Amino acid sequence: MQLQYFLILAATLFCIGIYGLVTSRNAIRVLMSIELLLNSVNLNLMAFSNYLDPEQIRGQVFAVFVITIAAAEAAVGLAIVLSIYRNRDTVDMEQFNLLKW
Amino acid sequence: MNLAEGVQIVSFAILAAMTIAAALGVVLFNNIVYSAFLLGGVFIGISGLYVLLNAGFVAAAQVLIYVGAVNVLILFGIMLVNKRQSFAPIKNAWVSQVATALVCLGLFALLSTMILATPWVLSDAPIAGDNAVVVIGLHFFSDYLLPFEVASVLLLMALIGAIVLARREYLPEEALSQDQTPALTLPERPRELVASSKK
Repeated sequence: MQLQYFLILAATLFCIGIYGLVTSRNAIRVLMSIELLLNSVNLNLMAFSNYLDPEQIRGQVFAVFVITIAAAEAAVGLAIVLSIYRNRDTVDMEQFNLLKW
Repeated sequence: MNLAEGVQIVSFAILAAMTIAAALGVVLFNNIVYSAFLLGGVFIGISGLYVLLNAGFVAAAQVLIYVGAVNVLILFGIMLVNKRQSFAPIKNAWVSQVATALVCLGLFALLSTMILATPWVLSDAPIAGDNAVVVIGLHFFSDYLLPFEVASVLLLMALIGAIVLARREYLPEEALSQDQTPALTLPERPRELVASSKK
C-alpha cells in the first residue's frame, strides 16, 4: 500500500465536498458537504500519521480533535438551520439574504 | 496490519469505491433522506480505511461519533425541517454548476500532481499499532494538554449555543397572565414570518 493512494482518495472526497457545498440549495445538504470536507482532511491526517510518523502518532491526535470540532459544528449548524427555518419558513439557500446588502 | 499486501489493496479498492460512490450520492441525489443515509455509508467506509491505516481507536471513535451522533443529528434535522418543497428554479443554474465542476476538477488535478510529484519521506520507525491508545493518551496529557482542555470548553460552548439558538422564544409575562394554558403546550410568542421573497 502506498501513501499516494490515500492522499488521492482524500483529494477526490474533498473536491466532491466542495462541489456539493457550492451547488446545493438545501441548507442541510450544505452541512453534509461540510462533513465530507472534514472527513477527507481527517483521512489525510491519518495517512500521514501512519506513513510519515508511525511512532509518535500525532496525526491521530489531530484527527480526534477534528472529530470533536466537527461534532460541535454539526450541532450548532443544525441549530442555526432550525432557527432560520422557523423565521423564513424555507431551507433554500438562495433565499437566505438577510445579510446581503 | 498483519494482512498480506494483496488483501490490503483489494480492501482499499472496495472501501474507496464505496466511499466515493456514497459521497457522490450525498451530493447528487434529489431526495435528502437518501443523502443522509448515504452519508452514513461514507463515514463507515472512512472508518474502514482508518482500520487499514493501523488506527483502530480512531476508527471506533469515527463510527461512534459520526455514524452514531452526527448522522442521527442530521436525520433529526431533516425530520424537523421536513418541508417537501421544490425550490424555485433560478435562471442559468447550470452555468454555476458547470463552473463549480470545472473548478473542482482543476483543484483535483492540482492536488493530484502535487501528491504524485512530492518525494514523501517515509519513516521506518516501528508502527504503534495496538499501542496507539496509550500513545494518544500520553499525547493528550502531556504536549497536547492545552488543546484538550480548550476542546472541552468549546464543546460546552457548542452545547449551550445550540440550545439557545434552537429553542423557541418564551415570554414569561404572558405566561403568567394566562392561567389556562392547555397542558403539554409551551407558551410561545406568535411568530411573524419575515417575507421570504422581500426585495
